[in-house]
Amino acid sequence: MPFDPLAAARAFPLIDRGENVYLDNAATTQKPAAVLDAVRRYYETTNANVHRAAHALSDAATQAFESARADVARRINARTTAEVVWTRGTTEGINLVAQSYGGSALGPGDRVLITELEHHSNIVPWQIACARTGATLAAAKVTPEGGIDLDDFDAKLDQDTKIVAFGHVSNALGTVNPVRDLVARARAVDAVTVVDGAQAMAHFRVDVQELGCDFYAFSGHKMYGPTGIGVLYGREELLEAMPPWQAGGEMIEEVTIEATTYARLPFKFEAGTPNIAGAIGLGAAIGYLEGIDASALASHEDRLLRTATSRLSQVEGVRILGTAPDKGPVLSFLMDGGHPHDVGTLLDQQGIAVRTGHHCAMPLMQRLDVPGTVRASFGLYNSLTDVERLVAGVHKTRSFL
Amino acid sequence: MADLDEVRDTFQFLDDWEDRYRFILDLGRSVPQLDPELKTDDRLVRGCQSLVWLVPHFDPEEGCLHLEIDSDAHIVRGLIAIVLAAYDGNEPREILDFDIEGLFGELDLMRHLSPTRGNGLRSMVARIRSVAEDAAAHATLPRR
Repeated sequence: MPFDPLAAARAFPLIDRGENVYLDNAATTQKPAAVLDAVRRYYETTNANVHRAAHALSDAATQAFESARADVARRINARTTAEVVWTRGTTEGINLVAQSYGGSALGPGDRVLITELEHHSNIVPWQIACARTGATLAAAKVTPEGGIDLDDFDAKLDQDTKIVAFGHVSNALGTVNPVRDLVARARAVDAVTVVDGAQAMAHFRVDVQELGCDFYAFSGHKMYGPTGIGVLYGREELLEAMPPWQAGGEMIEEVTIEATTYARLPFKFEAGTPNIAGAIGLGAAIGYLEGIDASALASHEDRLLRTATSRLSQVEGVRILGTAPDKGPVLSFLMDGGHPHDVGTLLDQQGIAVRTGHHCAMPLMQRLDVPGTVRASFGLYNSLTDVERLVAGVHKTRSFL
Repeated sequence: MADLDEVRDTFQFLDDWEDRYRFILDLGRSVPQLDPELKTDDRLVRGCQSLVWLVPHFDPEEGCLHLEIDSDAHIVRGLIAIVLAAYDGNEPREILDFDIEGLFGELDLMRHLSPTRGNGLRSMVARIRSVAEDAAAHATLPRR
């Protein structure tokens, strides 16, 4: 059965208001009522701190919280819930790996390999880790189509490379990278792989065992869940060997003034009271996504992307950036005679929400030699009518420039 | 160059967004382009989305602050025209006393001054005010 975006839109209160055409899903997605209800229900009926008190409310909160972790483990096919660490989001997950794993595994002469396609949050943590350890940072080039230049990737992937970090789906261009292939290449030199999955989780099913990566980080709010909650998946033996990152309550087993033994996984990496409501909300978002036929959803979003691409390509003066064959529903473009900021402002006046700017990927913008782009990114509740409104909006914008 | 009263009057007549933005874009066309050699990093006011270059000149004889401002985005150039109409050639004290937020509010352009727009306009206003403060402090020093 084909996916019905109009029925889906009714499940999202903000989209259902119909006040604007929301095409900024790569920045954050809207939340379905199921997620909002789960968060509210938790605070109204179950709110208590987790893992400690000897009262029934805390037991219920702990159960709901750990059940959300099990939802995540099932969704990404982690081996155990010990491999699912709660974070604030993708950025925190990558920072955790860069500081804890990078801090102990890297040294002078070692190399970290990233790509020019990365979001700043998959660049800057590695710059800091390299500066602290004496390792060097290299970045594989992007092709004019917006894919990773595999020859350059291979050339830079040498025996000194200890960590390889790249995105699953580019936030700026939508390119879907060949993760399994890149992981296999990295493994050939015994490098550990870190995948930024922020832009993948809302669009297709991710299986970390099938991808074979060592770490996979993502955010709840980009997959119809709440802000402030995310996940770092890590292979258990790596997480086990890594030193703790932040310290405090929750992450300890026993503390004396002289010394501390740390809690078992995944709690070792979860200092302080966690974002309990956020985790429960993310569990509800996963439940929502699991209720949708994945292949119908993929063809719906692909249809939005292909229709928007073909319709906008026909508008005079529009240039599309990112033409890789495999793309997520992200469409970056430029208009002759208009800065992205001008285009974004004029679309906004027409009730169309897009993102403009460098998309936190300044090295990529430098490589493409553009000041930024206008980015329309689709979610499951967008329809072909939204695409038509975007196209009409672009035509009108053109009349101003 | 635009005159502030003219800008205010014209905005009063423009009731839909299309006419308002066409007018802003027209205003932008009246702003002289900055000599490319002056577009250096130290003159750059960086925004998330567009770039603004600011070249202030304080004339101690006249006691006035003259401004040259440019941007790579057309709408921002239009907003610059409004800022220039409000500030350019005025005494530092007048600049510091001028309620630019009030003006942008009145013209219904406040969102362009909000920190989230990240278009450099807010930082530009802050930088002009800081230049004006320095100039005002300088101007009040006793002359020998």
